[in-house]
Formats: sequence, C-alpha cells, structure tokens
Amino acid sequence: MDTSFAQRRRRDLIVAVCLAAIAALVPLFVKDVYVQNIMVLTLMYAALSQSWNILSGYCGQISLGHALYFGLGAYTTALLFTKFGVLPWFGMLGGGLISAAIAMALGYPCFRLRGHYFVIATIVIAEIALLLFQNWDWAGAALGIDIPIRRDSWLTFQFTRSKLPYFYFALVLACVAWLVTWWLEDSKWGYWWRAVKDNPDAAESLGVVVFNSKMGAAAVSAFLTAVGGSFYAQFVSYIDPESVMGFQFSLLMALPAVLGGIGTLWGPVLGAVILIPLTELTRSFIGGSGRGVDLIVYGALIVLISLARPEGLVGLFSRRRKGAVR
Amino acid sequence: MTAETIIQSLASGLLMGLLYGLIAVGLALIFGLMDVVNFAHGEFLMIAMYATFFLFAFFALDPLLSAPLVAAALFLFGAVVYLLVVRFAVRAKANAGMVQIFSTFGLAIVMRGFAQFFFTPDYRSVTHSWLGGKTVSIAGIFLPVPQLVGALVSIAAFVALYFFINRTDFGRALEATREDAGAVALVGIDKNRVFALGWGLGAALVGLAGAIMAIFFYIYPDVGAWHWAASAACSVRLPAASSSVWSKPPPH
Amino acid sequence: MLSGREVTTAYHGLVAISAVSLEVAKGEIVCVAGANGAGKSTLLKTIAGAERPRSGTITFDGARIDGMAQHMITARGIAYVPENRRLFPRLSVRDNLRLGSYLYRSEADRDEPLALVFKLFPRLSERLEQRAETLSGGEQQMLAISRALMTRPRLLMLDEPSQGIMPKLVDEIFAAVKRIRDAGMTVLIVEQRMAECLEIADRAYILQTGRVLMQGSASEIKTNPDVRKAYLGL
Repeated sequence: MDTSFAQRRRRDLIVAVCLAAIAALVPLFVKDVYVQNIMVLTLMYAALSQSWNILSGYCGQISLGHALYFGLGAYTTALLFTKFGVLPWFGMLGGGLISAAIAMALGYPCFRLRGHYFVIATIVIAEIALLLFQNWDWAGAALGIDIPIRRDSWLTFQFTRSKLPYFYFALVLACVAWLVTWWLEDSKWGYWWRAVKDNPDAAESLGVVVFNSKMGAAAVSAFLTAVGGSFYAQFVSYIDPESVMGFQFSLLMALPAVLGGIGTLWGPVLGAVILIPLTELTRSFIGGSGRGVDLIVYGALIVLISLARPEGLVGLFSRRRKGAVR
Repeated sequence: MTAETIIQSLASGLLMGLLYGLIAVGLALIFGLMDVVNFAHGEFLMIAMYATFFLFAFFALDPLLSAPLVAAALFLFGAVVYLLVVRFAVRAKANAGMVQIFSTFGLAIVMRGFAQFFFTPDYRSVTHSWLGGKTVSIAGIFLPVPQLVGALVSIAAFVALYFFINRTDFGRALEATREDAGAVALVGIDKNRVFALGWGLGAALVGLAGAIMAIFFYIYPDVGAWHWAASAACSVRLPAASSSVWSKPPPH
Repeated sequence: MLSGREVTTAYHGLVAISAVSLEVAKGEIVCVAGANGAGKSTLLKTIAGAERPRSGTITFDGARIDGMAQHMITARGIAYVPENRRLFPRLSVRDNLRLGSYLYRSEADRDEPLALVFKLFPRLSERLEQRAETLSGGEQQMLAISRALMTRPRLLMLDEPSQGIMPKLVDEIFAAVKRIRDAGMTVLIVEQRMAECLEIADRAYILQTGRVLMQGSASEIKTNPDVRKAYLGL
C-alpha cells in the first residue's frame, strides 16, 4: 500500500515533467497567434482550477466565489502600476498576499457554516465585492483600468510583439500549482483532509488542526488564484470589474476540476485541456450572436458530469490503466 | 433622518421581507425535506417572472390573475426537476456533497443561458398593471400597493402552508419523510412521490412570489441570482434581508 | 400465502442469504431463528423489498413481489417491523398511527384496526399526544407493531421484537402476536429468543450462515436433540 502510493507519486511527477517539457516545445512548432492565445488561456485555467481544487476538492469547502481573488490579483497589479508605477511583479505578490489574507478572514467565520451555506456565502461575498469595484471611482468604477503600454520587457511584464513570454509564464504557473497540489497530497494536511472528507465524526475529533489546515488551504488557494488574476491583467492589459471579477470566472475555475475530477491531482489539467479549447472554438464559431450558449454548455456539462460521472473524467484513465496492468 | 423616514423604510423593508420570506420558505421546505439546497431557486424565480411577463405581453393578463397559473406551472416544473435531476443526484456514491451542489447549480446556469438565448439579456417590465405604481397612505406612511399585496399574499400562503402541513395527510407524509425518508415505505408511502411533491410545492411558492415581484422589478436573465441571495440570507436566519446591498434590481 | 424459492441476497458482493426457500401458510405463526449474522434480518428485508434479491423468486398470494418497490409491497398487504423499529421519532403517537393508515381514504377503514391496536396495547391509548421518541423501548416496539397493523396487513413480519425490552413486556408482546394471529393475520417472526418464540409458533426455520439448517413444526424443532443442545441450552 505504502510503496504503491510512493510509486504512484513518483510516476505522477515523471509524467508531469514530461508533459511540461512537451508543452514547452509546442510553441516552437505552433506559430499561429490565435492557437497560442488558446494555449495560454488553457494553461491559465489549468493553474486556476488546480488552485481552486486545493480548497474545494481536497479540502471539501466548495467555493463559487474565487473570482474575488482573481479580481483582487488583477486590480492590485493594475492599480499599483498605473497609480504608483509599481512593477507588476510586486503587484502580483501584493495581490496574492491581500487575497490570502482576505481568504483567511472570510474562512474564519465561514468554515463554521455547513457545506451548503459555505457555498452560498462565497457566492454572495464575491458578488458584493464586484458591486464595490463597480462603484469605486478611484479604481475606475465600471469602466475599469487601461494598463499603459511601455515597452516589451520582463521587467514590466509587457509583451506586445509575441505571446510566447505569457505562454511560458502561464506554463510555470500551472506547474507551480500542480506541484503545490502534488506536495499537499502527501502532507499532513492532505492526510487530514482525506480523513475528514465525508466523515464528520473524524472532523469533530480532529477539530482544531483541521480548521487551521483549511485556513492554510484557503490562503494558498487564494494566493495562487490572485497570481493568475495578476497575470491575466498583464495579458489582456485592460480590466474592468465584470471582466475579472464576474461570476463566470468563479464558474470557469470550478468547471475544469469538476469535469476532470474534483479532488484529484490530474483532474483540473485534464478538464482545462478539454474545456478551454472547446469553449474558445465554440465562441468563435457561434460568435457574439449566441449569447448564453456558453452558459448552456457549461451548465449542461456540470449537470451531466455530476450525475453521470461524479468522480470526473480522470476515472476513465485510471481504470483503463488498471485494466492494462491486469 | 426623521422618525418618519425610519418608519417608512422599516415598513417597506418589512413588506419586501415577507415576499423574500415566501421565496425562502420554498427553499427551506426542500432543504428541510431532503437536506438538498436548490441552487436553481433563483432561476425558478426568474422563469416565474418571465412567465408573468409573457402572459402580460401576449394575453394582457394582469400579474394578479396570472399568479395562480404561474404557481401551478412552477409546481409542475419543480416536480419535473426533482424527477429528472435531483432524484439521481441524491443517489450519487462518489463525491456526494459536490454532486448535490453542482447538479442544481449546473441547472441554474443552464436556465440562465436559455433565458439569455431565448429572451435576450434585455431588461423587461410589466409596464402597466392594476397595482403597479399605486401607493396607499396609512397614518402618514406611504406604502406601495404591489408590495403591500405581495406581503398579504405571502402571509396568506404561510397560513395555507401551515394548515396544509399540519392538517392534511400529505402534510403528515411530508413530515414523516423529513423525519426518516427510509421508513415511509413501511406505511406504503412512495418517498419519491413525496419528494417530487415537495419540490413542486417549493417551486409553486417561489412562482407565486415571482408573479408579484414582476409587477415592480425589472425582469432579466440574471434577476434570480440577486433575489436568491437575499432569500438565502433569510433562510440562514438573518433578519429580514432588505438592506441596500440586496436591492440592486431597481424598482421602477 | 408467502413463498420464497431459492432466494439469494448479497450486500457489496457478500452473500447474506443463499438459496433460502420458505413457505408461510395463511393463519400461521412462523418463527425464523438462528444465531447473529445467520441472515434472518436479511431474509425479512428481502421479502419486504428493502433489499433486492440477487436471484430466486418470492410470491405473495400467487403474485411475484421480488424486485417490487418497498412501498408497493406494503400496499399489497405485507407489513414489516424492522429491527430498529424506524418510528417517526418527533411525531406524536397519534400521527405515527395515522401514517400507518395512509393508504386508506375513508375514516371507517382507518379506524377499524385502531380498535384492535388499543385492545392489544391499551397503554398506547394513554400516550396518543406524546412524541414517539419519549416512549420506553417496549412502548416503542408496541407502537411500531401498531403502526404496521394500521396498514391492515395480511402478513405481519417482525424482526426481533424482544430486543432491548424489559422481560415483562416481552411476554406481553408475544401474547399480542398470538392475538394478532387470532384476529386473522399471518405472522412471520424473526427471533433470537428461540424458546419463547417456539411457544407461540406453529412452524419454525433455523438459519445458519445464510442457509436453512432445519425446518419443521414448532414441536418437532423443540424436541430435536441438536436444537436443544445448540440453541436452547438444554
């Protein structure tokens, strides 16, 4: 049992390194900007969903308000840069820290709520934050912030001529989120979460330590999500409340994990690789006229997956692998 | 702020609180019955409001007249949602908690998408109705008539629900199922039927609220999300939620 | 009246009863005895429809009932009192009884079994407004049996009615079972207290590790030397 777990972990790590290496080589062959754009978004959502999965999947505290942290990351970076000339890298760190602090401040009362109410609380809090930003004149209110373009440089993290730097940053972010999850799986925290999941009695007896570990998970999850938001602000160079804090981001962070397998190491990656190209392609096919079609697709996917395959699509792979061994 | 304005806002807050209470009772009924939160409850409200709007737009039916029709339609809709979605969601063996949340949540997203697709994101309103825009003055305090009628309808619905649950066979079956859903088969009750009727009843209550709210709120695909949050706050037993944060959809 | 043929039931791949066949004729009291884990409760659950048999057939009054939904089996006239009674704890005794007659619409149909219930267990009539959870263990068992009687069954199935009950009340319950039979019903009873059960039963089955070890009239079983040694401690 123990050795097979260690073996599996080592195999996961090797697979991850190989996949990352392959992914890093892809842009050398794919020069099309539209496709590169989709790849950047896929990697970003893989990273975001992986972060979401730490709190919602492993820890079992389902959040549908992660757009809050995404938006905070984007806004902190953009505001610090446009108002005070602070480099985006510091904004990224600052946004991450602010988000982690807020996640812990919210987690403190909210983790005491029963499962359903926690979900409701996260939705409501994110919506309130959206409203605040829509009415905050100094931060551009509903019009948002245009990030001034200086020149292409890693220092200002701005690249107008090529998408490649964004691609590699997104790849690193996805790898970091994956590694954090991988590391957590074998940590004390990971063990407690497994013990507590679907077993309230264990939760009671582990009480305080589990509470603290959940606070930790919320902080890590929010930090990584905010870094993603900060990256996104640089990538699109224009942000407004609806486009970085809207409810659809909370949805799009959850969806890859749900699709691939909630609370699994590979679920978010698999889900993002399937979902993001799919939605981008349907969007360009249907265009602006079919408003709401994306929602119908997301919603139908969520319902179908949760009814027909609650363990996610990764189950298909592991089962096949087991069958092959036999 | 004078004492008058305080009493004024208290009174209108109370009236809205009663309507939100009607939505919340529907939510709580389902939650109490089977420990499932209906994350599509706001979207139930949304389609009820649209139904009222279209009955008005095509048949010139006043919201007061369409309210019972809408409630009946929502009853059917709620029962169908249970039979087609929730019934399977509660059987999940893997990730049971997540399945319960995401099945109705996904449904909410689908419904919102369909509303955007078919009804467009435009804001609609019932432009003229018997009650719309009227106010009545009681002891110097002006009360909007639609909200006042809404509050009265809510109170009537609470009383009816109370008698229904406490005085009828089906109400007793509902209570028994809530106590121990696995045991009702021992007395020949089909728990799936009770659950379906419970969902129907919860949806009918929100349908009633939606028909009345259509008189004085704009109607658009995301409208449910707001009122849902407000009524959910009610059912977490916060005091009647009518603070300014919740009242984003502007009355017209 | 009731006949099970080669019934096999398994939980998660573990076979709990295996190829069990049994017959219950109208007006009989049949006792199913055996040690813990012999499959007695599973047998009743399978007949009641709470578990689905993996194979075999169960017929009741000539119609197949295996695989039927549990509430349908209740409606056909089999009342089942499970081991843990499954009362509705926060509802009153009166509501528990009324729920028993849920299947009937006319007040006459509903009141008719009530007379029998109060005759069998007069103390319930004094506790009508109390919540079921406030009753003593023995009273709860009486209420569970009464609730089952309110469905006006032709076959009553009891799972370990003596469990967790004061000895004095146990006698009262066994006496009631006899009177229930005298009122025209058939009773299938699962018990660990074999001696008492054989006193009132007409026939008995002994289960061991999911199979029928022995069957016969109550007097045959009672006098069987192996049974006396292994189960009756004589």
